[in-house]
Amino acid sequence: MIETGTLWTIIILLGIGSFGLRFVFTGLVGNRAMPDWLLRHLRYTAVAILPALVAPQVMWPTATDGVFDIPRAAAAVVTLTVGLATKNVLWAVFSGAATLYGLLFLLG
Amino acid sequence: MTTTTRKSAYRQGIIDSSPFILVIIPFATLFGVLATEAGLNVLETMVFSIVVIAGAAQFTALQLMQENTPTVIVLISALAVNVRMAMYSASLTPYIGAAPLWQRALCAYVTVDQSYVVGVSKFEREPDMTVPERVAYFMGAVTPIVPLWYVFTLVGALVGTRVPESWALDFAIPIAFLAMIAPMFRTAAHVVAALTAVVVALLAAGVPYSLGLIIAGIAGMIAGAQTELWFERKGAPK
Repeated sequence: MIETGTLWTIIILLGIGSFGLRFVFTGLVGNRAMPDWLLRHLRYTAVAILPALVAPQVMWPTATDGVFDIPRAAAAVVTLTVGLATKNVLWAVFSGAATLYGLLFLLG
Repeated sequence: MTTTTRKSAYRQGIIDSSPFILVIIPFATLFGVLATEAGLNVLETMVFSIVVIAGAAQFTALQLMQENTPTVIVLISALAVNVRMAMYSASLTPYIGAAPLWQRALCAYVTVDQSYVVGVSKFEREPDMTVPERVAYFMGAVTPIVPLWYVFTLVGALVGTRVPESWALDFAIPIAFLAMIAPMFRTAAHVVAALTAVVVALLAAGVPYSLGLIIAGIAGMIAGAQTELWFERKGAPK
């Protein structure tokens, strides 16, 4: 059971902290020029962080208690491949979902 | 005239982030359900989602609170999961840093994985957008996401029953992100950045407080930047 006081402390501090993290550059740096070396690194933020976020979930899904799962891995590969080939987000999502559910059904 | 382009930028943002509707509904519902199961009432659950507005961090905090983890550790862990938001903030700054402060504060509040990835890929593709157009586009991109995050947190909290595991909703997020990132691999440097980040993320998966993600992200960014420099020195097209 979570204590009410603890819960509210966490909600409020986590809210302030999360906003702080989101505001730290957009808000505080604002229009000031950032150095070239930093901009050069920031260009790769999305293509580095998001695959890093996804990779462990593909290899060791929480839903299977971390056991490698063929439907999930195949769905990830299909999504990425269709996304690369078509540059179309919706096609990629639907192909990935179809692969996941198809294989879960077949191997289920 | 400006109003027209701003409006169409806003509308385009809505259209471009609409695929995420399919993701955010199950994700928000799941949070509502799990929060209720953890003993939070509807008000607490809603305030949690509205104040923190970060799915992964909320799930982390909820999980740790149930295990009676000390408050400080709960906060550090959940914020560590959210450190990527600071990186998103930095990455968005060159594009929207010139906007008025209140708009930047609003954009900061709604900076989530989905709005970030939709926004930054558009800003990269179309460097000629004006700052007001970018802000309008960004607000458009959050329009289908953030209200649904609130509404379906509420639905989950009210329904309160477990979503069947056979729906495999855990995998909605990886699929959506992979689909979003794929069109962003425009240069060899982007590919190197992603592959490096993936390898480091897998090697660093055991690092506590989700710091493996941050290490992997930084490694990927360095690899991308170095590849870009290498191609520049060779004089080859990027």
